[in-house]
Amino acid sequence: MKQRGKYPKFAVVVVLAMVVLSGAGCKRKPVDPFPASNVVSGWQKVGDTRTFTAQDLWQYIDGDSERYIQAGVVSTSNADYKFSGKIEASVDVYTMSKEAGAQKIFEADPAGDAKITPVGDAARQYEQSLIFRKGPYLVRIVSFSAAPELKDAQLALAHAIEAKL
Amino acid sequence: MSNDNTTNRRKFLKTAAMGAVILGAEGKVAFAKATPDASKSKVVVATDKDLRGQGTLPEEQRVSKLLDRAMLAYGGHATDSWKHIVHPGEKVSIKVNTIAGKGLSTHVSLVLAICERLQQAGIKPGDIIIWDRTNHELEKAGYTIATDPNRVRCFGTDTPGFGYEEMPENFGSVSAKLSKILTRNCDVMINLPLLKDHELAGVTLAMKNMYGVVEKPNALHGGGCNPYVADLNMLPPIRQKMRLTVLDAMTGLYNGGPGFKPEYAWPHNSLLIAQDRVALDHIGSQIIERKRAEKGMKSLADVGRPATYIATAADAQHKLGTNDLRQISLMEA
Repeated sequence: MKQRGKYPKFAVVVVLAMVVLSGAGCKRKPVDPFPASNVVSGWQKVGDTRTFTAQDLWQYIDGDSERYIQAGVVSTSNADYKFSGKIEASVDVYTMSKEAGAQKIFEADPAGDAKITPVGDAARQYEQSLIFRKGPYLVRIVSFSAAPELKDAQLALAHAIEAKL
Repeated sequence: MSNDNTTNRRKFLKTAAMGAVILGAEGKVAFAKATPDASKSKVVVATDKDLRGQGTLPEEQRVSKLLDRAMLAYGGHATDSWKHIVHPGEKVSIKVNTIAGKGLSTHVSLVLAICERLQQAGIKPGDIIIWDRTNHELEKAGYTIATDPNRVRCFGTDTPGFGYEEMPENFGSVSAKLSKILTRNCDVMINLPLLKDHELAGVTLAMKNMYGVVEKPNALHGGGCNPYVADLNMLPPIRQKMRLTVLDAMTGLYNGGPGFKPEYAWPHNSLLIAQDRVALDHIGSQIIERKRAEKGMKSLADVGRPATYIATAADAQHKLGTNDLRQISLMEA
């Protein structure tokens, strides 16, 4: 009778341990972080989202892929946008295995004349680009031309992406 | 030296009509006005500080004039100099660089200007191919895919019917399958790289642009891409067919490359022209180093990514050109 009583407790411990271990070891699934057209005022999503695994990231960013791999990138998604029908932009969302990976990439490049911006856990904004990290995600918004209204527009797009992460 | 190079050199000797002619080592064909520097590798840096006019993008007309000015300095004549680079009947491919998208790809206006000059030099439109790895990248960079064989064509290696060779070419550390556009569809390659920082290689300029010619460039990324870049450029189709490099330095990138990071880009408003790819890379890397210093950044060596492959390309095993400034005739136009 004593032995029969021990087994259920042992089974519960084993099951709990398996749940914890499987949770720690599971791969982070990429989310769809890209707002649809007109969800953010002025921004139109152009074309399909492309997603790259760590192994084929080189196809997208060539040699830059190595440092993302070293920082634990799981996948990278890219989508193109157009603002006000004229300014083209590209958005990359890097999903890292851990928050530390996103932080490592974020802090690797010099801030230069960036403006600190309240998006995610940390963010920098330049004249044509905005980079932020949130948890294991690193987001880079790059516009291909400048305009006076672009900074506010990029910030609005960044907040919409942040809300989906 | 290959038969191809011998033939090209012979053709060049027949058609050279200006200045002194110099035949460089390893089949390099060079020409220059008779000057005290005539035995050196010539690199032209042509700059137009008003290239963008009142706007943010290079103006098409000014790009064309800048190209002519560069060729005038390089070969003695703005348009006829092309006749010493290419010859009627030859199939000419123009290898652009479009991996970084619209913000930092070989400018379409430059490619169009070169196509016009090639046709004036007697190259049929149907014998010109503008190309890179994929149609997707070309289109994102602003190019229009065109496959009509009677007109100037523009397409990626991933176009059905092209692709990569099944058997690799080998030299040293490199075993790579090359694009059939290079191996089977052109006699001459004109290389149109960019002026970019590179996370692994230090810089990506003329020689590194050949990573866009192979099926799996990611296999060549170890060790700061050294000696891979130099070895890759030794593969016969690359070594023999690359006859001129026109480096699009209208926009430069001094950090964060090879992707487009506008926060580290600057309007350099220049073109660099050379046939010695090593000399051009050496000069180009110095431009990037100067910009980094101007911005208060450490040198590429100090951040652990010196472009060591440039010296490797110049060594006794490769002899692809010179990185010795005493052997480089740098001309600013």
